[in-house]
Amino acid sequence: MRGFVASLSFVLLACGADIAVGADDAANDDVITLGAAVSLTGKYALNGANTKNGYDLAVQQINNKGGVKIGGKSYVFEVRYYDDESTPARGTELVERLIQQDGVKYILGPYSSGLTKAILPIIERYKVPMVEANGAARELFTKGYRYIFAVLSTSDQYLTPAINLAVQNAEKLGKKPSELTVAIATENDPFAQDVRAGVLADLQRFGMNCSIDDQLPPELNDMTVTLAKMKALQPDVLVVSGHEKGALTAVTQIEALRVNVPVVALTHCDSAQLAKKLKKASQHVFCAQQWHRSLGHKGALFGSAADFAKRFEAAYGYEAPYQAAQSAAAVYVFADAFSRAESLDSEAVRDAISATNLKTFYGPIKFDQTGKNIAKPMVLTQIIDGEYVVVAPKKWATAEPVIPRPKY
Amino acid sequence: MTSNLLILYEAPALGLQLAIDGILIGAVFALAAYGMALVWGVTNIINVAQGEFVMLGGLISILGAEHGLPLWLTVPLAAAALYALGWLLFYTVIVHLLGRDMFNSVLATFGIAIVMQQVMAHVFGAADRIAASSLGSWFFLDNFVVISKMKVVVFAACIGLGLTLAWFLSRSRKGQAIRAVAQKPEAASILGIETRKVYCLTYSLNAAICGAAGALAATAYTIQPYGGLSYTVRSFMIVVVAGLGNLGGVIWAALGLGVAENFAGFILGTQYQIAFVFGLLVAVLVFRNWRLRRQRKHLE
Repeated sequence: MRGFVASLSFVLLACGADIAVGADDAANDDVITLGAAVSLTGKYALNGANTKNGYDLAVQQINNKGGVKIGGKSYVFEVRYYDDESTPARGTELVERLIQQDGVKYILGPYSSGLTKAILPIIERYKVPMVEANGAARELFTKGYRYIFAVLSTSDQYLTPAINLAVQNAEKLGKKPSELTVAIATENDPFAQDVRAGVLADLQRFGMNCSIDDQLPPELNDMTVTLAKMKALQPDVLVVSGHEKGALTAVTQIEALRVNVPVVALTHCDSAQLAKKLKKASQHVFCAQQWHRSLGHKGALFGSAADFAKRFEAAYGYEAPYQAAQSAAAVYVFADAFSRAESLDSEAVRDAISATNLKTFYGPIKFDQTGKNIAKPMVLTQIIDGEYVVVAPKKWATAEPVIPRPKY
Repeated sequence: MTSNLLILYEAPALGLQLAIDGILIGAVFALAAYGMALVWGVTNIINVAQGEFVMLGGLISILGAEHGLPLWLTVPLAAAALYALGWLLFYTVIVHLLGRDMFNSVLATFGIAIVMQQVMAHVFGAADRIAASSLGSWFFLDNFVVISKMKVVVFAACIGLGLTLAWFLSRSRKGQAIRAVAQKPEAASILGIETRKVYCLTYSLNAAICGAAGALAATAYTIQPYGGLSYTVRSFMIVVVAGLGNLGGVIWAALGLGVAENFAGFILGTQYQIAFVFGLLVAVLVFRNWRLRRQRKHLE
């Protein structure tokens, strides 16, 4: 027992020492420390790494370009990371630790809507501005929180372009939109449920029918039940949202069970590397994306979208998913806000972020009262021969969408 | 709910599809549960790292497939690798748990599970993966019933493995030693059976079974370093439903649960699928308790 107490006190001491170092770092004059609790392990580890890579690349780029100037003095960025293990409780603890013990005054968001939702009350309590890039559910912006800013489009908009395309196609064939039926299969988490709500709102707008509305468990591995139902009801559109697992499972099982559905629209295709890993099975699937390298967005920090994609690939050895691009954009928003605020005061920085009006490689960024980016539209790509081809909105489309998917 | 029942009534072929898919996924769970029941019965240890063994088997087989190995090679490869891991874990961790309170084993194997998750994520990356299978499917009744050939192979392999194990336990000397130790370790050791070796064999065998299950599952379902929990929970449930010490019952319970789960998902909606399975578990436990109580009264 004595040994146990001794080792416990040693551990506590070690933690204490660590905390002291943290406080020193944050107070360093020429460095601005941003704090981030991201998922480096656990079920979001893949996108946690994408998020971190995006943050790191932007920090590196900003520092290489001389950092940010505040009152004639140059500051470089540094990010203090913790691993939230993909669990909300841990995320909350760590953000509190970042703010209280490490003295961090500016926060970068975690990955996923669920984790962002969990840490919001802490952000608000300590009045620390947070720019986040991977929490898309609308419920993050309806509670009247003042310190959250999101560079990405909200999840209800993810699949609207796909529904619009299906409607346009129906009209072309002389059918009324209200004759179309839609099947929805979404994971039971805040993000996917908001995607579902967005699709349901679209259906109402066009008077379309929802014939299947299945919610899948977080550990979803099998969709055969939903797909069996689809064989009987034969909907015109299938919408699936369940992170990477959902996209992989849907595409594999649609092919295996030969489910014929004219339009299949998914989320998280590119982070699941669907086009590369399942080239044949994913042919003609529509993918909702926040960003794509072929878009014509440009900004001062990285240049064009394609330039960012090249830089990212050179640095990390894989193609930049949109999760990484938007994470880099979040750091860019901080840099821009600091230089306009001309201050390190968190309230002044918060106000400067709120007034952001920025053109970036990721798209235009401008926040509304609630903190969400209202300037950047979603894009819809279609997988054609193992490539993501932008098909909507019209302005950026590089090809005509293929509807219907050829029958098996 | 009634509309879903109506669909089943109008298209009974769909019911067939649901039953077949349920049996096929049940077969994978059956293997993992079989291993868990074996270890639990023989060493009185609940192995919470069961799902991680399955995931590691899957990852090894995907890695093998990416290097051009055929499936009939990747499955034994995964089983062999996991056997070795099981042996290693036994002599480093499990051996210290023998004869101790069951709570210790749950904690220790939970620790093994966490370490394995992190190491797998580090070595293989955290991405969801699925092995590309190119066997195709059989189609019946105008494509209404589709049976994936790969899943049938998985099913056959599971049944084959299950039967081999049953034969091994009942006929071979080693199998008999395992059963003897399970019944009464003290008596077995008096008769010259090295109980520790038997425990080690059981634990390693379990790891190998899970490895094979994972290698087979990877061809039809997604595999991810952190995705093991659902296999552990399912195995636990199957063993509880089958009743401890009832190895044959494990197979039936696994297949039956697979089918029941699919029908529940179809009729009640997928959001109630898991809730239904756990509801069933509670019902089985309550029923058992009730039956046991009646027996006890009878004895008095």
